[in-house]
Amino acid sequence: MIPELGHYALVLALALALFQGVVPLVGARRGDSALIAVAAPVAVAQFLFVALSFSALAACYVMSDFSVSNVFENSHSAMPLIYRVTSVWGNHEGSMLLWVLILSIYGALVASFGANLPAALKATVLSVQSWIAATFYLFILTTSNPFLRLVDAPFEGRDLNPILQDLGLAIHPPLLYLGYVGCSIAFSFAVAALIEGRIDAAWARWVRPWTLAAWICLTLGIAMGSYWAYYELGWGGWWFWDPVENASLMPWLATTALLHSAVVMEKRDALKVWTILLAILAFSLSLIGTFLVRSGVLTSVHTFASDPTRGIFILAILVLFIGGSLALYAWRAPMLKQGGKFAPFSREGALVFNNLFLTTACATVFVGTLYPLALEALTGEKISVGAPFFNATFGPLFVPLLIAVPFGPLLAWKRGDLLAAAQRLTVAVGVGAVAIAATFVSEGSQPVLAPFGMGLALFVIVGALTDIAERTMLFRIPVGLALKRGIGLPRSAWGTAFAHLGLGLVLLGVTGETQWGSERIASLKPGEKITIRRYDLTFEGTVPRAGPNYRELAARFTVRRGGEVIGIMEPSKRTFATRSMTTTEAALMTRGTGQLYVSLGDPNPDGSIAVRVYHKPLVLLIWLGAVVMAVGGALSLSDRRLRVGAPKPAKGRAAAMQPAE
Amino acid sequence: MTRKQRRLALIAAGVGVLGIAAALVLTALKDSIVFFNSPTDVAEKHIAPGTRIRLGGLVAPGSLVRGENLAIKFDVTDGKGVINVAYQGILPDLFREGQGVVTEGVLQPGGTFKADTVLAKHDENYIPKEVADALKKQGHWKDDYAKKGGATQGRAQ
Repeated sequence: MIPELGHYALVLALALALFQGVVPLVGARRGDSALIAVAAPVAVAQFLFVALSFSALAACYVMSDFSVSNVFENSHSAMPLIYRVTSVWGNHEGSMLLWVLILSIYGALVASFGANLPAALKATVLSVQSWIAATFYLFILTTSNPFLRLVDAPFEGRDLNPILQDLGLAIHPPLLYLGYVGCSIAFSFAVAALIEGRIDAAWARWVRPWTLAAWICLTLGIAMGSYWAYYELGWGGWWFWDPVENASLMPWLATTALLHSAVVMEKRDALKVWTILLAILAFSLSLIGTFLVRSGVLTSVHTFASDPTRGIFILAILVLFIGGSLALYAWRAPMLKQGGKFAPFSREGALVFNNLFLTTACATVFVGTLYPLALEALTGEKISVGAPFFNATFGPLFVPLLIAVPFGPLLAWKRGDLLAAAQRLTVAVGVGAVAIAATFVSEGSQPVLAPFGMGLALFVIVGALTDIAERTMLFRIPVGLALKRGIGLPRSAWGTAFAHLGLGLVLLGVTGETQWGSERIASLKPGEKITIRRYDLTFEGTVPRAGPNYRELAARFTVRRGGEVIGIMEPSKRTFATRSMTTTEAALMTRGTGQLYVSLGDPNPDGSIAVRVYHKPLVLLIWLGAVVMAVGGALSLSDRRLRVGAPKPAKGRAAAMQPAE
Repeated sequence: MTRKQRRLALIAAGVGVLGIAAALVLTALKDSIVFFNSPTDVAEKHIAPGTRIRLGGLVAPGSLVRGENLAIKFDVTDGKGVINVAYQGILPDLFREGQGVVTEGVLQPGGTFKADTVLAKHDENYIPKEVADALKKQGHWKDDYAKKGGATQGRAQ
């Protein structure tokens, strides 16, 4: 009964989506306020039905109803409750249902909190949003129905893939989807603006909070996924340039660019046509990401679905939305009016620079991800494009961007003074130079890139702090007064500083991990020890243990530094009987912002065991930096100017709220 | 600067950055892509020793030999050709005899393959996509030995 209810609710959601995709749009074109008014309640109803459908599937998982094929394939009654819930989206069908659930949440949010939007624009946005929803409901119902029943209900399920039975992975897909799908709002706004043939600074102010929210979720989702790969896959790597990872990086780069160009549009009414294009591209890249992951065209650690009919269906969705929106863009964009002028060295110029490099870097990732697929489809030749490619293309393009980051916020709008900005960055440049010199002196010239990485990272970090120091006049006026000024600063200024600071921290972590990380591999017998970077790890022996749905062999290591015991590490190998699969559970020990990492290989008949030990200095900064960036985004989102539903400012800005025509 | 000049400058900057990016991409594609080959491909294409390639196939049952100091040797086969692979290190969790594997490394003059990376990525049939395609080409797809080696479960992921 429950699965049928879920199925039925989804069909109803499809019907509502089709209705919502047509009626409000017709209303907006005709200026019929009754038809326009339909959009918001229908969007909320659509969300309620999808939520019902999703809850039905979740209920089947929680109650271990193995008569539902999807539950049978991906769950097991011995699994802890939390993983029974998360396995709802640990498979293709369920994750698509999560995708549409999030899409409908965003739709309902626009409907409920978009009170200050012009009614016609809001109705058009919700209609466009509904087209997306309708195609994805159809996709689920025709090719990936999660509610299919089995004729003979089995007694036990086949268990969730063990590497997915992890808390990190439980949070990763929803966060990432919140980001991916969040891009759809900016897309819908862009398409609505093109349909209406009108766009102004207020448009950017409505779009920016949604884009920011999506960007925050994407940032956290990517960081979470990277941390999961780091501790769960047992190789100690945090980014593999795997196509599935690239699929999330590309929308991130595009939304980052979009956030920055929307600032220009909002403040200076410029870059309108470009911003619209970016909004379309960001969502297109999200769709491509969904296609790459969900169609099974890739073989990668993440792919857990493959079925050609699905691939063709998603490809059709891609062609429809990307092709359609770009055609609409080509047709309508020339009608949009151009905005304010600016000099090359100005805040706008800096943001254009940012956009240029971000999109170009995004394009190189795109080429590296899709070239092998295209080549294979065309010639049958199979190649792999790995880390060396991306290091040689993405890396060099990001360096100028990182150098420019601290300059941006210090340049004035319209016409900036590069020299003055450079003077204000003296301290940052000094710190960076000292870092380069100090690294050379203490670590030598090997590895070559390390000093420059450190220097650049500290330049970005101090540069971000300089902006705040300048704005609060810190060191020039009494501290108390500066503090007061700091509190009075717009939250978006703090947001910028935090986001840029986070970027610097990520770079610091990447430099530390890649340049100074060390790895030791050995086969150890009980009592033997392995030494890595002043840490001695003594292998004490192995202990067998039993978990709820697995057995594990844990190895015990005593960690000493300078003869003193500083802790115990217990990496293990888990065997999941249901799927006859083995996973490696690495042990981590945090020392400052660095980590010791131990993972096990195969035990040998003579009692020895293969061990892989890593020392990874500064590695935690990679994810910590991402969190700081997300905090920056959240601060910026809380800025009064951007608050969704905030009352209109009485005067001054009133002019900006009116259409530019 | 007039609006027109400014726009020209902007376009020039954009084209410049794109040009640099294109140059980077092309050189990187020339230097850092690695071709995938099955043991049969290696024999047929006469791949020169010293070339960096990805070699994929099934780990021949009974061929795994563990030596001192984590040295490992095994045969990779696609049903027709066989190449002996030498590797030092820890094998991934999913590595098993009779299962699909992709290794990356350099072909040695003696005909053995010195691998520095061993991947046991796979789809739901425990077989990497490239390997499955290569096996299909050789007419060995879903052959008996693909199912031995303990993989009774059909779905892996």
